[in-house]
Order: sequence, then C-alpha cells, then structure tokens
Amino acid sequence: MRELLDDLDRWRVAGTRVALARVVDVEGSGPRGPGAAMAVSENGEVVGSVSGGCVEGAVVTESLAVLAGEREPGIITFGYSDDEAFAVGLTCGGTIRLYVEEYDW
Amino acid sequence: MSLSSELASRVRDGVPVALATVVAGPGLSRKLLIVPDEDPAPSSLGDSELDRVVRRDALAELEAGRSGVRHYGSRGQTTPEDLDDSEVVTVFVESWAPPPQMWIFGAVDFTAALARVAKILGFRVLVCDAREIFATGRRFPMADEVRVTWPGPVFDDRGAELGSRDAVCILTHDPKFDVPAVKGALATSVGYIGVMGSRRTHSHRLERLAEAGIDDPADLARLMSPVGLDIGARTPEETAISICAEIISARTGRAARPLRDTEGPIHR
Repeated sequence: MRELLDDLDRWRVAGTRVALARVVDVEGSGPRGPGAAMAVSENGEVVGSVSGGCVEGAVVTESLAVLAGEREPGIITFGYSDDEAFAVGLTCGGTIRLYVEEYDW
Repeated sequence: MSLSSELASRVRDGVPVALATVVAGPGLSRKLLIVPDEDPAPSSLGDSELDRVVRRDALAELEAGRSGVRHYGSRGQTTPEDLDDSEVVTVFVESWAPPPQMWIFGAVDFTAALARVAKILGFRVLVCDAREIFATGRRFPMADEVRVTWPGPVFDDRGAELGSRDAVCILTHDPKFDVPAVKGALATSVGYIGVMGSRRTHSHRLERLAEAGIDDPADLARLMSPVGLDIGARTPEETAISICAEIISARTGRAARPLRDTEGPIHR
C-alpha cells in the first residue's frame, strides 16, 4: 500500500471516493503476496496492482460495485480450483483472496 | 487525524506499524492500528480482549515483517475448542516494517553499483570506508548514509539493528579493513555476509582471521566468499546483480538455478 499513499492523499483532498483492494491471502503459486494493493477511484482511475495483471480488470469492476453500493465490502477470491471463484484466474495456477472496501477510514 | 493519515505518516517515516482489519465475520471492516511501545489514537475491532490478542499477534508479525490472515473468536478466543461456540472473526494483519539494511564496507568501484542495485531492491544503504577522500556523499549519492570511519565503531554503535533481512557486504580486499569488518558482522545476527576477493585472497584472509581469533567453523560458514552467484559477472554492475541475487536466494533458501530446469511452483 506504500506506493499508493500519494494518490490516496490526492483523492482524499479532492473529495473523490475510492475503493481499496488488498491481497490478504495467497495459496499455492501467486505473483504478489499479502499487502499488495490497488485503489480505484469513483472516476475509474486505477493505481497499484495485486497480481501480474491477471485479475486487475475484475478487481476494478468489483471495486466500482462497492463504491456504487451494489456489493458489500468483503473478500473476493480468484483461482481456478474454487467453484465460488471468479471466472478469471491466475495464469500461475494459485488462488488469491482480496479484501475490497471503501477507503473512508 | 484519521486512522489512515496516522498510518500513512508512520509508513512514510519508515517506523514500524501494523494495521489489523476484520475481513470476515462480526465487525466487518473494523480496524486496529498497532505501533510498538506506543499507544496510537484509539481504534478497536469491537472487543477489548480481541484487541489485546490481535495486538500481541500483530507485534510478532511486525517483528518478522510478515502480513497475513488469522482467525479468532469474537471475544478474542484463539484455541479451536473455544472457537466452537463462537462466531469466527477473520483478521488481516498488514505489517509495514522498516526497510532492510545493507552495509557496504569499502568505497571502491563496485560500491556505487552495488548501492544502486540495493536501492532498487528497497534496502537502506550505508557505505563505510576509513579513507576520507573515497567515502564521500558526492561519490555515493544513492547511499542513505556515508560514514568515514573504521568498521568497529559502526558495529559497536548500530550492530544490534541488524537482523535476518539485512546484509553486510565487505568489498575492501584489504585485511586491515576486512578483518575488523568480518569480526563486527559475525557478532551480529545479520542474515548475509558477503566478502569480496578471489579464492586466493579469501584463503589469505582466513589466515588473518585465524590470527585475530576468528576460527569457529560455524562463524566462517556464514561468510559468502568469493561473493556472489556464478553468472559470469565482470563489470561492477554485473557483480552487483550477482551479489544481490545471492542475497535473495540466501533469504528464500532457493538454489538459484534456471526455472526451466526446476520443477514445482514458482512462487512458494
């Protein structure tokens, strides 16, 4: 999250609403460990990354849904082995879990 | 001051801090900020006993520079039997530990290249040489700190700071300087000690070290010398990559072979 601080500040000053998605857990092979984070502004601006580019698109969609009140904050899982998982997976075959919430704390 | 700005100011200052967030279960999204030896602005996961247990665990994670999820009962229960009758709270603890350190002894041609590569990898870099004309901030603008002194005082002052994530690289080739640097490094719990020099230089160095009373095989086994992975490095820049690759593989315990020639998951 360190690399997001300047952008998070900028958005806060501008009064822009932002969703924050953080990797909380990685099983098997995963490109980025717990703590990797990305932030999505209500205008669709994106900073940071949570994988090698495999799931970022889906994370943007879910982040915007959280800001729009269409989904609750919570854990989203990406990985091919999980029935509940999103259709997009990681090319390296692992499973990652992210926590997505509004950055309003 | 909001929780996030308090967190951000500590992360920017490079002081250790951890943030616990409830990511599943009762109290979803509640947060607790954890700072060693200090009481930051009050924050809570919703139960004082849960706060106490999470704070205790987070301090250990912070010490190790680790982040990850843990499960508790809603009143801080940690044993599986106690969890039977309780809702489970999943807590993500994210740690921001200060950056690892690399101390480079010897202000030589290789030093600038090594300091540059170490900075890319996120190390806080200290360069030390006793020779005033070589150890200058102007020659090593990328270093966080340049000290003109002998190794002994640096280790005496700050050796206790070094731990498993840190590295000491001794590039001097000069026994006058090498021996006290090796001696100082061995007295710390630093994770990596690289000492530059040919095989011949190293065998001579071992004699000098033995004369100084350093002959414990367990100590000598900590010295990586000749330094670096065998990638055929020649230039200072290539050598810096070779040394840093060795530091990474020492930390991860991997054999540093081409991935094509190994099996199993790439990220373990």
